Amino acid sequence: MSFWNNPLKVIADWLLGIFTGWGISEIAAQVLIGFLGVLLLLSLLMVLDIFLVWIERKVVSRFQDRIGPNRVGPFGLIQPFADIIKLLIKEDITPTGADKVVYNLAPILSMMSVLVLWAVVPLAPTILGVDLNVGALYIIAAGAIGTLSIIMAGWSSNNKYALIGAFREVAVMLSFEIPMLTILLIPTIFAGSMGIGAITNAQEKAWFVFLAPLAALIFLIAAIAELGRAPFDMGEAESELVSGYNIEYSGMKFGMFYAGELLHAFTYGGFWSILFFGGYRFFGLEQVSPFLAIAVVLFKALVGYWVIMWVKYTLMRIRIDHMLAFNWKFLTPLSFVLLMVVAFMNALLRGTPNWLFVSGMFLSNVAVGWVALEIARMTSRREREKVEGLKPVVETAHH
Amino acid sequence: MTGEQITFLVVALGTLGSALMVVTTRNLVHAALWLISTLFGVAVIFALLSASFLAVVQVVVYIGAIAILFIFAVMLTRKDMRDQGPQLNKNWWLGALLAVLTFGGLFSLLQGWSGWSKTAAVIPSSFDAVNELGNALTSPTGYVLPFEVASVLLVAALVGAVYVAFNPRSGDSQK
Amino acid sequence: MIPLSWYLILSAALFSIGLFGVLSRRNAVAILLGIELMLNSVNVNLAAFWRYGDVTNIAGQVFAVIVFAVAAAEVSVGLALVISVYRRRNTVIADELDLMKW
Repeated sequence: MSFWNNPLKVIADWLLGIFTGWGISEIAAQVLIGFLGVLLLLSLLMVLDIFLVWIERKVVSRFQDRIGPNRVGPFGLIQPFADIIKLLIKEDITPTGADKVVYNLAPILSMMSVLVLWAVVPLAPTILGVDLNVGALYIIAAGAIGTLSIIMAGWSSNNKYALIGAFREVAVMLSFEIPMLTILLIPTIFAGSMGIGAITNAQEKAWFVFLAPLAALIFLIAAIAELGRAPFDMGEAESELVSGYNIEYSGMKFGMFYAGELLHAFTYGGFWSILFFGGYRFFGLEQVSPFLAIAVVLFKALVGYWVIMWVKYTLMRIRIDHMLAFNWKFLTPLSFVLLMVVAFMNALLRGTPNWLFVSGMFLSNVAVGWVALEIARMTSRREREKVEGLKPVVETAHH
Repeated sequence: MTGEQITFLVVALGTLGSALMVVTTRNLVHAALWLISTLFGVAVIFALLSASFLAVVQVVVYIGAIAILFIFAVMLTRKDMRDQGPQLNKNWWLGALLAVLTFGGLFSLLQGWSGWSKTAAVIPSSFDAVNELGNALTSPTGYVLPFEVASVLLVAALVGAVYVAFNPRSGDSQK
Repeated sequence: MIPLSWYLILSAALFSIGLFGVLSRRNAVAILLGIELMLNSVNVNLAAFWRYGDVTNIAGQVFAVIVFAVAAAEVSVGLALVISVYRRRNTVIADELDLMKW
């Protein structure tokens, strides 16, 4: 196998030869190579995180009809490095009465919950951190650790606003895990397995976004709520809560929260594209070389990240009780109904030819979405009539 | 001492140490956080036992929901942000004695059992535990009845918990 | 490799620590924490016996899943009761909740 076809195996064998040449036993050498692989992935992710800061600031500035950072380096590319240096040399303040251990542990756990997600992302047909057969559920598990870090941050800051922000944020994150978990079952039904590699492989007939577009939409909404980004950013509403659970964090600890949130958004953009848009599949291009597959994954993840940023900089923040009502009264029943309809249609159309399967699924999704929107419209019309009184059908002339 | 044994010893000692901190620390929020560490250790034990679904569900359900529920409950039932003094009641020595006796009793009971030092068989590579679990939980000749009864129990607990903890003064006033 | 006895000792120790927590703590929420430890030890036991017995007999994992569900239900109702009691009596110390004693 050449370097282009299977780079990881080539490098691993070469390193194994070196390590055993130094006299280390084979098993210890394997463990060491594993550690080096993890270190490589994490370093690349953190460097990517730095450029995500630049991308975010440029994109938000274009949405707001301005240029963005363009002084530090060509097109402002060195700007994130300047940001990091600024954060590193800031004074590290710990508020009085704060619980020191928990206060310092919270940003670490927040960053950790994002980085462990990349263990199950399939970058290429042969490059996969760990081929867990419960990969889809693992995503939710890592999100649970993120939820925990927010409540630790809010409580240990010894600050009322931080606590309120943390409570609201955790309530939103826990609530939106339910539709996300239900929607994650839909690619599982199509692929027959919860493993992310299997889900990516099962998209050879058609990308799952064509089979279940409503599921992709609900996953996007639930993912944006999980990330704590607008329009669901109740936890760090700048105009209301003075930046919520991050208030008391300064310097690099705040940097960890901020960069962690951007990387989290990129990761969920990546998962949206892997689960519904085919991951590294691109009309057979991924079979040529793993490097092309990695490039395809990164491109699709950037497109997903761009959609998430687009939503953030376009929509207004939703009030907390509207957010929770939207989840429990609309999104959760809708995702349950969608799961039942998809499972039923999948069993019904199992052996049929490809075009019938894809179009049948697509139409059933559209039908479910239409019915849900009609029900929502009728309910809101009824609520409006209760508040305003019935509007006359024909406006009579007033004097 | 194989790698697996070293891993198990480290994880087991961490889990037991965290459990001891849960029952002895004065600050209740710290006790909830030590519980999270214990639950995580148990999740790693599940992974060591090749029960991958149980490990992930442990993190999602216990750490992601139950532990956070504990933290919320601790925060909602304290009069101020400081510790509340000694947390062991006056008969704690009796509790400790009973705990030690329980452990000793279990240990001596099981030692005479023939399967005590059994080692694990190799799992055949065609066996997919998650698949089998799904089949067992939904097949009529499997365990679908306990599964459905458990879901009814959860609905009953949900309704009951909301009703018991409902505060009529701060209910929905947007009628 | 790892004999079954190690897992059983771990679960027995976890159970005993949970039992100590239930019997010796003053705060009602801390008692519930002890109950959680005991339920986790039971789960470890079930998973160990599944693995070291016949792996194709999936009843061990099914039982563990049902225990997850029951533990979640019990914790939610228990904490709801504790919060409700706190609202009325303004205390969660188990010794002080003695309204029904004669």
